[in-house]
Amino acid sequence: MRKVLALLAFVMASPALAETPHLGQPVSAADMKAWDIDISRDGKWLPPGDGTAAQGAPIFAAKCAVCHGDGGRGTQASHKGQPAPPVLVSDVKFKPIDGSTTTIGNFWPYAPPLFGYIRAAMPWNEPRSLSDHEVYALTAYILAESKLIDPKLVLNAKTLPKVMMPNRNGFLARFPELMPK
Amino acid sequence: MKRRADQPEQPNRQDIEEVAGNGLLHRRALLGKGMAAGTLLGSTLGPLATGAAAEPLTEPQWGLEIGEDTPPYQSPSKFSQKVARTLSNPKFEPRSSIARTPHHLLEGSLTPNGLHFTINHTGIPQIDPGRHKLLIHGLVKRPLVFTLDALLRYPLHSRPAFVECGGNSAPLFSPKPIQSDLQALHGLSSCAEWTGVKLSILLDECGVDSSAKWFVAEGGDAPHLMRSVPISKGMDDAMIALYQNGEPLMPGNGFPMRLLLPGWEGNLNIKFLRRIKLVTDPAMTFWESQVYTEPMPKGKSYNFTFINEVKSFITRPSPGVDLKQPGLYELSGIAYSGKGKITKVMVSADGGKSWAEAALQGPIQSKAFTRFRLPWRWNGGPAILQSRAWDDQGAYQPTRAAFVAERGQLDREPPVTAFRNHHCNVITSWAVSSSGKVSHTYA
Repeated sequence: MRKVLALLAFVMASPALAETPHLGQPVSAADMKAWDIDISRDGKWLPPGDGTAAQGAPIFAAKCAVCHGDGGRGTQASHKGQPAPPVLVSDVKFKPIDGSTTTIGNFWPYAPPLFGYIRAAMPWNEPRSLSDHEVYALTAYILAESKLIDPKLVLNAKTLPKVMMPNRNGFLARFPELMPK
Repeated sequence: MKRRADQPEQPNRQDIEEVAGNGLLHRRALLGKGMAAGTLLGSTLGPLATGAAAEPLTEPQWGLEIGEDTPPYQSPSKFSQKVARTLSNPKFEPRSSIARTPHHLLEGSLTPNGLHFTINHTGIPQIDPGRHKLLIHGLVKRPLVFTLDALLRYPLHSRPAFVECGGNSAPLFSPKPIQSDLQALHGLSSCAEWTGVKLSILLDECGVDSSAKWFVAEGGDAPHLMRSVPISKGMDDAMIALYQNGEPLMPGNGFPMRLLLPGWEGNLNIKFLRRIKLVTDPAMTFWESQVYTEPMPKGKSYNFTFINEVKSFITRPSPGVDLKQPGLYELSGIAYSGKGKITKVMVSADGGKSWAEAALQGPIQSKAFTRFRLPWRWNGGPAILQSRAWDDQGAYQPTRAAFVAERGQLDREPPVTAFRNHHCNVITSWAVSSSGKVSHTYA
């Protein structure tokens, strides 16, 4: 009897066999679509649609320039060093140690996350209000202003992942032992 | 040193042995057996503290009248209004709002909820907990949606954990010590007891596919902030936190639920958590492609700086918390490590020439604030106070020289509020002048 109790205690203490409530509700792919908005670094899950820099320019002027400045080149507003809407396009050269000299063009290792970020978070006062077409157009506009793509390129799920970012190999994992193999 | 309690007090006692230069006393000097601490304290302070007689005692007004009504939720005394966070964006302009913890006005090892640091990028969302949902999907056998009500029926788990912004202490990348207080230099780190559901339980219920290596966690507020986390952390000590120091999460800290990754960079601890997607590769979002990266001196940059490494700082005295007169003080400070428990804190009063081991306030808990204290007899001369912490993984705080040799420093002094680089854990130094004024220095 004691042996049985000991065995029982062992089984119950083992987390792998622990009973858990199972109170999650199943959800279909169709029903989670509205939330499934992340884009993989290599462009997986980019939606249908397309856009060009020329289409993006007036959208940027109307919805983005108020914070990011004309052409994404920053505003005159002084924030006294406080984190502020970033300069998106700049000729400034990346300077070691100083993170304030980083831009999309001189720093980001992958292009598709730019689409992902605009779609998830921008405009600041009206996130998730842009159509996928508008997000492609804005992405094309910023990449073209950054001289990373031909201004005539039609950006879509096929062409965006092919945009090469100059700083792609500029990073070292701080804790390589924690990076999944 | 040994003296029976009934032995007569001796005049001009300066005989508590110094264990390190410039007046540092043994960490148990005020607690030792047979020592009447009060007597020692008084006699060490000498006539300065005890010379003037107290004024005759009278009955103050508050003892003569009815007090105030009892509120349903208590606020601090009106006399404690200075114990408050500093705000980066008080007019709520279109940018992040950052509130820093006033460590120099607090004690113990937990941060009160109203004073926990917060960074909110698009304001603080007003989330109806009855309508909030958490989706876990991607490379799982069963994508599932959890409500708050459902999570409250799971086994709950409580633990203290500090949360620290990757940009905390960024002013110390300046080539010259920026003259600001502790709140401005190190106020983006706080510690609470968090209660919630272990993420591993929910991941197990979803059935994680063996091809999944990372998860992307997303917040439900306007920025829909996304960060990539290795699954190993999710299966280890990650938690869906629902309570903060015993009450529901503060709105600025992620109400109604947040991801808690004990010891890891604050921004990864996604607030207002609404989605976890299991994936093969990190998403390289804005936050991990640009913001939370560390440009290095030779042109490459660190990324995925998950862990907040071992750090400590003296909270009292500190800039603005000055010394009024020579005599005995208790140095007090905070130490923590994102890798484990604090094992030792050494303190110097002579700019690092000699060190004394501080007393650690127990219980010492992994990835949580540990309060350290040490008696110090200030002789009225200049002093440079420093603390240096060790953790149980063998890590210790670098000197500034060692840190700068590896990570570099800026070539010009930045605004104190700027985040030009991240993850700085150098030794912090306070200079005490002969007038008792405390300032930030490098030593």
